[in-house]
Amino acid sequence: MNASPTNASPTHIAIELNGTQHTVPAGITVVAALSLWANGVTRVSVLGEPRAAFCGMGICQECRVTVNGQRRLACQTVCLPGMVVHTTTPTKPGHSA
Amino acid sequence: MNTATMEHCDVLIIGTGPAGLAAALAAAPSGAAIVMVDDNPAPGGQIWRDGPGVKLPPGAVERRAALARHANVHILSGTRLVAVPQPQQVLLEDATHGWRLQYATCIVCTGARELLLPFPGWTLPGVTGAGGLQALIKGGLPVRGERIVVAGSGPLLLAVAATAQAAGAQVLRVAEQAPLRAVAAFAAALWRWPAKAVQGLGLLHPGYRTSSHVLSVAGQDRVESVRLRQGAHTVDIACERVACGFGLVPNTHIGQALGCALNDQHAIAVDAWQATSVPGHYAAGECTGFGGSEKALVQGAIAGHAAVGQRAQAQALWPERQRWEAFAAHLHSHFALQPQLKTLATPDTIVCRCEDVTQGQLAACQSWTEAKLHTRCGMGACQGRVCGAATQNLWGWTPPVPRMPITPTRIGTLAKPESGPVQP
Repeated sequence: MNASPTNASPTHIAIELNGTQHTVPAGITVVAALSLWANGVTRVSVLGEPRAAFCGMGICQECRVTVNGQRRLACQTVCLPGMVVHTTTPTKPGHSA
Repeated sequence: MNTATMEHCDVLIIGTGPAGLAAALAAAPSGAAIVMVDDNPAPGGQIWRDGPGVKLPPGAVERRAALARHANVHILSGTRLVAVPQPQQVLLEDATHGWRLQYATCIVCTGARELLLPFPGWTLPGVTGAGGLQALIKGGLPVRGERIVVAGSGPLLLAVAATAQAAGAQVLRVAEQAPLRAVAAFAAALWRWPAKAVQGLGLLHPGYRTSSHVLSVAGQDRVESVRLRQGAHTVDIACERVACGFGLVPNTHIGQALGCALNDQHAIAVDAWQATSVPGHYAAGECTGFGGSEKALVQGAIAGHAAVGQRAQAQALWPERQRWEAFAAHLHSHFALQPQLKTLATPDTIVCRCEDVTQGQLAACQSWTEAKLHTRCGMGACQGRVCGAATQNLWGWTPPVPRMPITPTRIGTLAKPESGPVQP
């Protein structure tokens, strides 16, 4: 399902999700991009459950991911060309990322 | 006219939803240097959230355009307030920088969040808040062809259903926990606020059911079905998403960090001028008690005028505010939560989503402090914003007082020197 960045029309941009290039509609949030390409899962909870965006408005922190090396909330971050997004890896109890 | 900089301003407005926009528009003609801060990518708050394919209502478009014509108003979107290092000084952080901003007067317009109550399956991907789903769709979340059940309480549920359907989803059910007599009484008195009656008519949904609430959600790795209580019956509905919100909770953390006292409704306490308990600090909109965007707009305008000393203009708006505060009271009295919603979570249902603490672990505790010490409840990334409101509803525990930093923050921002921008 990978699309080459060179095929991107002006209405689409290329971003990297978990090491793979994808084209996404311009202006969508990182949550929306993750739903298109990663089943929406953003992190794994301390007991090992998959989690996804929940409150949708920057409160619950369930959608925290790494964007260009920094911890960001996917629901409040708009995709920009060349953005590098990594979803969170499993953590130990008491050490939630 | 004064020019606002990144480091100094006359009026700091926290939040760019309806209340914040109205406050800025009221205060701007005075020439005061105004800085507005909001952690969302664009102004508008939740109700006027912008995004791909969103058609903003004229009221939002006009206000944003009017604000753009004021050179003395500086809007910082994608910027969060992380701490209050000194009186009249805040520590801010955007995607790349952290810095301190000094202000003379402040207007807190931090809005409200949804009351999200735990039920079995609520941590599965595909379960969201109700307003939460609306916000996610406005941000481009694809829901075309999906089957969605909306549940919880309040008129917001119908607006969420309309947004989801406009985006191509199939909304199978809108489950309102309040009984029919309460909803009917609410609707019957809407003639007092004709604009609200017209809004409501446009949102009627054939799948709307009263005395209905979620019991549980099932699925392997994400939502596959929801079980609802509909009056005396239990029904199972196969679906891809469940959007569930039980009303709103005022966002008071930033107000509390600034020293503002709360009222008995757990909202920021204000007087007739929208002034808080801290001199020079005002508050407006849902953070002072939820009641809709019309109330937020008029409260914001009063706060904006009062903040720049225009008491006559502020006072002229009091009757309009009274009208919308009456609507808020009407709303609250008819969508009160039914007691059975406190019993949805079973002993193995997670209540604190950050630390995966279950209802069974928490039921053995007597207070928030005991729960925190014994289970780590509320010590995760959301700092008790979700589970604090939930445990207040379930067991009457007093929610946690916010601690600095108010939100997860980069070390580089916290290590920020007295002035000047800092690199991450």
